[in-house]
Amino acid sequence: MSSILEDIERHHSTPVPADQAVASTSKTVQIDSHAINFGPQHPAAHGVLRLVLEMDGEVVDRADPHVGLLHRGTEKLIESRTYLQNVPYFDRLDYVSPMCMEHAFVLATEKLLSIQAPERALWIRTMFDEITRILNHLLNLTSFALDVGALTPPLWGYEEREKLMEFYEAASGARLHANYYRPGGVNKDLPAGLTDKIWAWSEQYPKFIDDLWNLLTENRIWKQRTVDIGVMSAEQALAWGFTGPNLRASGVPWDLRKAQPYAMYEHVQFDVPIARNGDCYDRYLVRMIEMRESVKIIRQCIENMKPGPVKIQDRKFTAPRREEMKRSMEALIHHFKLYTEGFHVPAGATYTAIESPKGEFGVYLVSDGTNKPYRCKIRPTGFSHLQAVEVMSKGHMLADAVAVIGSIDLVFGEVDR
Amino acid sequence: MAEAIAPVAVGASALALAMTTNVAGVSRAGVEGGELVAHVAREELLGVMVLLRDDPRFLCEQLVDLCGVDFPQRAERFDVVYNLLSVSLNHRVRVIVTTDETTPVPSVSNIWPCATWWERECWDLFGVLFAGLADHRRILTDYGFEGHPLRKDFPLTGYVEVHFDEDRKEVVYEPVKLTQDFRDFRFLSPWEGMTTLPGDEKAHLTRQALANGIPPGEVTKS
Repeated sequence: MSSILEDIERHHSTPVPADQAVASTSKTVQIDSHAINFGPQHPAAHGVLRLVLEMDGEVVDRADPHVGLLHRGTEKLIESRTYLQNVPYFDRLDYVSPMCMEHAFVLATEKLLSIQAPERALWIRTMFDEITRILNHLLNLTSFALDVGALTPPLWGYEEREKLMEFYEAASGARLHANYYRPGGVNKDLPAGLTDKIWAWSEQYPKFIDDLWNLLTENRIWKQRTVDIGVMSAEQALAWGFTGPNLRASGVPWDLRKAQPYAMYEHVQFDVPIARNGDCYDRYLVRMIEMRESVKIIRQCIENMKPGPVKIQDRKFTAPRREEMKRSMEALIHHFKLYTEGFHVPAGATYTAIESPKGEFGVYLVSDGTNKPYRCKIRPTGFSHLQAVEVMSKGHMLADAVAVIGSIDLVFGEVDR
Repeated sequence: MAEAIAPVAVGASALALAMTTNVAGVSRAGVEGGELVAHVAREELLGVMVLLRDDPRFLCEQLVDLCGVDFPQRAERFDVVYNLLSVSLNHRVRVIVTTDETTPVPSVSNIWPCATWWERECWDLFGVLFAGLADHRRILTDYGFEGHPLRKDFPLTGYVEVHFDEDRKEVVYEPVKLTQDFRDFRFLSPWEGMTTLPGDEKAHLTRQALANGIPPGEVTKS
């Protein structure tokens, strides 16, 4: 480093005659020091984001996100698999909130099939959607704190996430990629005692939210790094396709759980937090308060849940129980046909969206009457949020761009599909 | 759930009627499965979109999603599907235009800035051109990728595979090699949809002709 500086120094301080300059060993190298390649392997890039930043000193002049490094062609794969085989692909989109992803696809399929899951399944789905919301917000908020320099929140948050993933495991058998929802219900009923465990957890969890709240909300450093950073007005947020907490942080009262309710959201009481300023700090606040509301919803789900079937009893859509298959030929045939051919979905198209933890997650499903989707377009939430990174980080410092990325809650499994 | 869908559908049919009667460029609009769908002529797209955003009956502030659908057997093989959302009136409108590989669709990126990436994605995956799109780069596929993977004639396995070559110390692209043929089971059975069994085409023609009252000899002559 020092030798380069000396070279440059020598070059500039003493004018060298042309014939001597050729003989000299020093080289003049043109370096464009104003373009920074942020990622794709950067811990604050939340996965594989490559962000090409054009800097004016330490101020971001232009930000060009390059996405697609995690593109796995999910939409193409879905076209060659049956509807049942496609559910696990949705876990792998937003792998931080798997069950919500499944929910969108399952709802779209049910809509085309004109079937309706039984009540208990709807309560289970509502409950696990909210558990998923807390799982997602825990990871997002705490890693956002890590991005701007706080190490304690992620350490605490991972412990809490572990408890919730145990509930995932108890219900579905997997901690992350649950594959639990099915067109027509959920795969299995909850194991005995699980609701009691969730209830016990819901009694102590608000204490954790208080602890996290006390760590960050009035923290001087946290506020310096997030207040007035990456401001989006309500008009901007709408035009840039913001949804979910990011839109609500800009002051737009919009939540699909209230506006276009699905599952059992009509029957539970909860508030939707709205913030006013649309900066990184407000996005944090909205998510924090949403976690409290989610706990309320989970408790109401447990209170209202009644014993009953968890999937529709039509054997053309859901498989029979194994005990039945030992005795009934009919059941065996149904099981075989469902897991090889799958069900045929009537021709049609639907755009079905749910309020995933990150925002509106939609599935545009086109069926041609066969057992495989003709086209399944996945509407990711992070795609439009990431697109606005340029608008949000323009004129801010490089470190603020990191805060902006942390605050909009990106998961690249979903952005890149 | 059914009760919740009903009021939306009633509003949607009124909007569909308004669109077919009052909006120039809408070739047909209707309610399909409770969702408002409008087919729009490609040349009139921008006018319709501005109206959908600004007209107090529609007020679609958000372009939630834009995607392509490929129907290779059609002359204009691509559908470009716009899913619009009105946050203030709580309804959705789906706008569909058709195009082919060479005719560009007017870009809506000046109406909703978020359309830029959706249109880039549609270009990348389907090869649909957008007129007036400032940034017409690929977005999801690899740097230097060729072809448009979501077209129906693009094979599921793709054309190239990559690996890191230890000797050359670089990533190498090679034509894709399959150790086993890709197996795609078609479950169309004679009981559901499939009326002609493989190898039985001639007999099927005769059967159909008989049903239409043509003597069997006539079919083989023509």
